[in-house]
Amino acid sequence: MRVYADNAATTYLSKTARDKLIECLDNYNGNPNSLHSDGQRTQEVLDEAREIVAGCINAKNPNEIYFTSGGSEADNQALLSAARGLAKKGKKHLITLNIEHHAILHTMAKLEKEGFEVTYIKPQPNGVADVKDIEDAIREDTALVSVMFANNEMGAVQPIPEIGAVCKEKGVLFHTDAVQAAAHLPIDVQAMNIDMLSMSGHKFHGPKGVGILYARNGIRLVNVIEGGAQERGKRAGTVNVPGIAAMAAALKEGCDNMDNNMAKVRALRDRLIEGLKDIPYSQLNGDPVKRLPGNVNWSFEGVEGESLLLHLDMYGIECSSGSACTSESLDPSHVLVGMGIPVEAAHGSLRFSLDIDNTEEQIDYIIEKVHDVVARYRSMSPYWEDLQTGKREHCIAEYME
Amino acid sequence: MSLYTDKVMDHFENPRNVGVIEDADGIGEVGNPLCGDIMKMYLKVEDDRIADVKFKTFGCGSAIATSSMATELIKGKTLDEALELTNKAVVEALDGLPARKIHCSVLAEDAIKAALVDYYNKSGKEMPESLVGFEPHED
Repeated sequence: MRVYADNAATTYLSKTARDKLIECLDNYNGNPNSLHSDGQRTQEVLDEAREIVAGCINAKNPNEIYFTSGGSEADNQALLSAARGLAKKGKKHLITLNIEHHAILHTMAKLEKEGFEVTYIKPQPNGVADVKDIEDAIREDTALVSVMFANNEMGAVQPIPEIGAVCKEKGVLFHTDAVQAAAHLPIDVQAMNIDMLSMSGHKFHGPKGVGILYARNGIRLVNVIEGGAQERGKRAGTVNVPGIAAMAAALKEGCDNMDNNMAKVRALRDRLIEGLKDIPYSQLNGDPVKRLPGNVNWSFEGVEGESLLLHLDMYGIECSSGSACTSESLDPSHVLVGMGIPVEAAHGSLRFSLDIDNTEEQIDYIIEKVHDVVARYRSMSPYWEDLQTGKREHCIAEYME
Repeated sequence: MSLYTDKVMDHFENPRNVGVIEDADGIGEVGNPLCGDIMKMYLKVEDDRIADVKFKTFGCGSAIATSSMATELIKGKTLDEALELTNKAVVEALDGLPARKIHCSVLAEDAIKAALVDYYNKSGKEMPESLVGFEPHED
């Protein structure tokens, strides 16, 4: 059985998106900046995509939607724009979470080198930030608060409307990286007081290489890519209309069917959570309820995530791990460690990210095989042996509450 | 799977010499849970030869594969030959490892050296010069 359970890494291209992509490649492959008919027909497709995206997040005006090469570029541009724009007014302080995506954290680090000060808020043990901590961190010179909508690794959903309200009251810009949330959770940029928001096409069954930055009118964007006057002069480069149209179609399909799809995915997620609970000295990471519908992140003591992942792959199950050995850096997941999960438990973590195409039968297969591989690698782990004999201490309770 | 060679995957999927030797003559353990890998080697020595070797490893795919290959390379060898095993030889026998996984092979070499040190300490035999003051690498 093949089970794809790594939808937080990327999703497959939906039929709707694929059809749109091919339709555009065949029929609307002009340059929307050209004044001739072919160009203008393509411009109409681009305009339509912008309207669709604006509608999906309830943006006031389609011209608040900027197309980028992906979520990372959108994150970079949002942060750099807020920081450089407001630095002129003496605002040189930024607030974010220590569990953000590296597109945020590395941009923040870059701004720190330029003289900005960044406060990194640590979430509560359930992975959800306390709004009070963010409110308390806001100062006179705070330019921006950037808090992800939902975490890519352990799925915790952040209190976005509450943070938006605080930022509005304090007069601070609010950006959210909604890469994992788009088409999975309802987003209303006006009701939630979101000033800037990032999305990525391939996380909701659109193509790779296209993303979206929403920036409320009145926010002055700084270019990340200089050149022509595309995207109202804020993002140079000939516009990838087929990719954008396909992304917009995928987003619309996801948003139109969100309630039904996510109820189904949530049920699969909870089935998996229930099925793993009987493995002793293992735990669900992240809040069980304030959680992305498809995310299950689990730590198993005494074993290392990469070996579990590789063996599950042999069984046809594709997932990911927060273990150091699956990263380039040899450090375990900054998200799990950042929310207070012991390093040992972060090494032994697996992430399953489910989607509408997964079935109950697949979930039961995952449950069976996870039991199998955890037992296999515990039996050959000197660390597990030490935990059993009491030579080392457990960092995870025997059973979850 | 392009991250690992077929040989690494073979030793990961079917690791050789997994287990413990209850009456081992030498036991070596290196690594720690914070780094995400621990290797423990058990040696049975007869007539200055590695009559048997077993291992238990907590770690990633390449940690398991390098442990397995290292035990294969020293099984039946003389103590002097076992002492000469290098991490490079383990990597070569596995047809290579990704650069960031080379440290697993160093861990395997160190685990065997630690087990040999334990053997010499327990047996009272004279420690070879190259093992005097042996310290495993920082993981």
